Amino acid sequence: MPRIFELVVNGVRHSVDAEPARTLLTVLRDELDLTGTKYGCGEGQCGACTVMIDGIATRSCQTGAAAAAGKRITTIEGLEQHGKLHPVQAAFLEADAMQCGYCTAGMIVAGAALLEKNANPSEAEIAEAMQGNMCRCGTYPRIVAAIMAASRMMKRNAA
Amino acid sequence: MNPRNPHLEPERYELREGPAYHFRFDRRGFFKALGGGIVVVSFIARAKAQESGGGRGRGRAMPQEIAAWLHIDPNGGVTVYTGKVEVGQNARTSLTQAVAEELGAPVSAIELVMGDTERTPYDMGTFGSMTTPQMVPQLRKAASAARALLPAGPWESIDFSEIAKNEVLVKGVTGGSKPKPADQWKVLGTSVPKVNAREIVTGKHQYTPDVKLPDMLHGRVLRPEKFEAKLVSLDSSAAEKIPGVTVVHDGEFVGVAATTPHAAATALGVLKAQWKAQPQTSAKTLFHDLQQPIATENGERRSANEKGSVETGLAGAAHKLDSTFTVAYIAHAPLEPRAAVAQWNGEKLTVWTGTQRPFGVQSELAQAFHIPEQNARVLMPDTGSGYGGKHTGEAAIEAARLAKAAGKPVKLVWTREEEFTWAYFRPAGVIQVRSGVDASGRIMAWEFHNYNSGASGINTLYDIPNQKIAFHPSKYPLRQGSYRGLAATANHFAREVHMDELATAAGIEPLQFRLRNLKDERFKAVLLAAADRFGWGKRKAAAGVGFGIAGGFEKGSYVAACAEVHCESGKPPRILRIVESFECGAIVNPDQLKNQVEGSIVQGLGGALFEAVDFEDGKILNPRFSRYRVPRFSDVPHIEVVLLDRKDLPSAGAGETPIVTVAPAIANAIFSATGERHRAMPLIRRQQSNGASIGAAI
Repeated sequence: MPRIFELVVNGVRHSVDAEPARTLLTVLRDELDLTGTKYGCGEGQCGACTVMIDGIATRSCQTGAAAAAGKRITTIEGLEQHGKLHPVQAAFLEADAMQCGYCTAGMIVAGAALLEKNANPSEAEIAEAMQGNMCRCGTYPRIVAAIMAASRMMKRNAA
Repeated sequence: MNPRNPHLEPERYELREGPAYHFRFDRRGFFKALGGGIVVVSFIARAKAQESGGGRGRGRAMPQEIAAWLHIDPNGGVTVYTGKVEVGQNARTSLTQAVAEELGAPVSAIELVMGDTERTPYDMGTFGSMTTPQMVPQLRKAASAARALLPAGPWESIDFSEIAKNEVLVKGVTGGSKPKPADQWKVLGTSVPKVNAREIVTGKHQYTPDVKLPDMLHGRVLRPEKFEAKLVSLDSSAAEKIPGVTVVHDGEFVGVAATTPHAAATALGVLKAQWKAQPQTSAKTLFHDLQQPIATENGERRSANEKGSVETGLAGAAHKLDSTFTVAYIAHAPLEPRAAVAQWNGEKLTVWTGTQRPFGVQSELAQAFHIPEQNARVLMPDTGSGYGGKHTGEAAIEAARLAKAAGKPVKLVWTREEEFTWAYFRPAGVIQVRSGVDASGRIMAWEFHNYNSGASGINTLYDIPNQKIAFHPSKYPLRQGSYRGLAATANHFAREVHMDELATAAGIEPLQFRLRNLKDERFKAVLLAAADRFGWGKRKAAAGVGFGIAGGFEKGSYVAACAEVHCESGKPPRILRIVESFECGAIVNPDQLKNQVEGSIVQGLGGALFEAVDFEDGKILNPRFSRYRVPRFSDVPHIEVVLLDRKDLPSAGAGETPIVTVAPAIANAIFSATGERHRAMPLIRRQQSNGASIGAAI
């Protein structure tokens, strides 16, 4: 693998010079200064590092940076468009679906990816899709409520 | 530098040290730099100085009698300075509300500077649910005094540019001011949303691991292969050959700093170290080991409470019971691991770190580097949780040591495995209860011994004429310390499960049995509120389903929970529903309080059902989330929270106590479903990899 490769993050092309073995998580955080994506466990168990790659929720701590070259990467910083929050971000605010907030970015990205696949998930489907995202403060009920609310919001926006 | 000092982390709640010196407060000098506006300083009454302010005060930037201070600038901006910190318990919002209430200013005009040892007054730490009962009144006092210096009328109509132009008007306040009663609150008592939530949902808030400084290096620390291991030899030649790598070997400390995290990990990987360690115990013998009590340093048992005669009470009892309960070691596992960014400027050190005790970490740094405390500045960004697990400054010291050697700033973020291994744990414990109840269902005798897990919440509120209650410190195998609710969880588990055993022995329905033995009206009120919402006594359980109830009191607040659990042979119990009532005086922020209660219930499920630290011979055997199970989305039952707002009572803290009734309510529901009495936390029996059976009664 080349040492210099190109990443497309939140619609912006970045030329990255990094060891090929680097994870996408550390390249996003330490090379591109996109620190909204968090380290929580390094083994794909907690979901704090969740980003979207071509629209699919992906654990960036388990993804080689070079392997993500050329794909469409979306991080928490890319969800807000022209000063307008993504419906999932707005719904998290509305439901106060956080305490310490460290898991929030991963939760929001995972929730946004879920709604791209399934615009109208049930509570059970949300719990199943989000099972790999951990909130140690225990705000799960609020997160489920926020994603349900975002789903309704998106339907209203589309109508 | 050995991070495993067994004396480092006792129950911090019981740490009470008064200030050694009281210096005169030279206010002009300190506040001159602000340019203009009004400063109000809230002083602590001398008797309370050791709680919120106080401490030793040597070399502090600010005198220690100050609890907090606020500054209104000539543009009408309000900046509040407090040593309390934000770890998800929502202090930033509730303290903002306190200032807004008394000042009459909008929440958006107020900014809090928290936990910066150079700019905020000394504070012992953010723990023990003390922010609401102590810092809220201090800030209200300061804000109310500031309001008195401003012209009457609405905030928007005040011309701040005319007030104390070009000079700082300083006013000090001690006790005496009369804050607004809760029934007149307009901002306090309302559900103000989390003030910095937008920074969080957009990913902009910078936690410690997100801090980046120019020329910053990334650090890693070489950990011993076992606890208490001594370094015999180190060959760092391969690591030192890697360009840009600094290796530090100072006594037992070995670490590396490099230009990228990847290079630091590579350098760490090629260090060749030899360790020597003594054989150590395992989880297998834990509960036996903990029952060998030791004398404390002053030769006495830490706490004992005796009333009447247990033997006399037992002699007159119709039913006598004797039960033993166990509680495993569990980990806080905050999602943000310990982290620090350290920067030296000559002899001056600045460290950003996530800690519940920034001033404690400042002292640790001063001691470790032999510098005066004023040369060590600790800044605490709002942090990815603590739950009592971030009282210490290991990462700060390690990052500072590496930065000193490298001559550049160093960031150190503990790996999850380090956090699971080299932090400290909630203490394991054994609790023995002996009791007797008379023919009418009155408890006549209550003897309660807690080995090692702690004394928080150890006393019973039930009205029992003969009692003996004692905490026995033990020689313990793992580094242990504070945890949300601390030992109150273990003590409530044993007490409330045993209350159910007594109710069964006496042939009385569990809620009625509790009420019959209670005089405390606030306790009765939470029990009845939870029972009412749950439909206790009104619904018939379906096949395999049981209902359980538990109540308690700790740190000024009352809590009760009802649980509905489905049990099926050969499968772990499934928690269907938890209703919890909570009363902590006048409610400061109803929605955020509900959030804390819900979170406590969910976190409590882990310790109740499946969390346990597995260890053997100086090693943690499950130091990863793939081996240490914590509550996830699918574990969450239907949760209902009933808040009792007592506007006639002072507000108590609420981040901890709601956790204490979760485990006993579930254990009692399992008994009602199956007739099996479980006396071990976690309740789900699990064979550990080393053959120990955590969750099994001894």
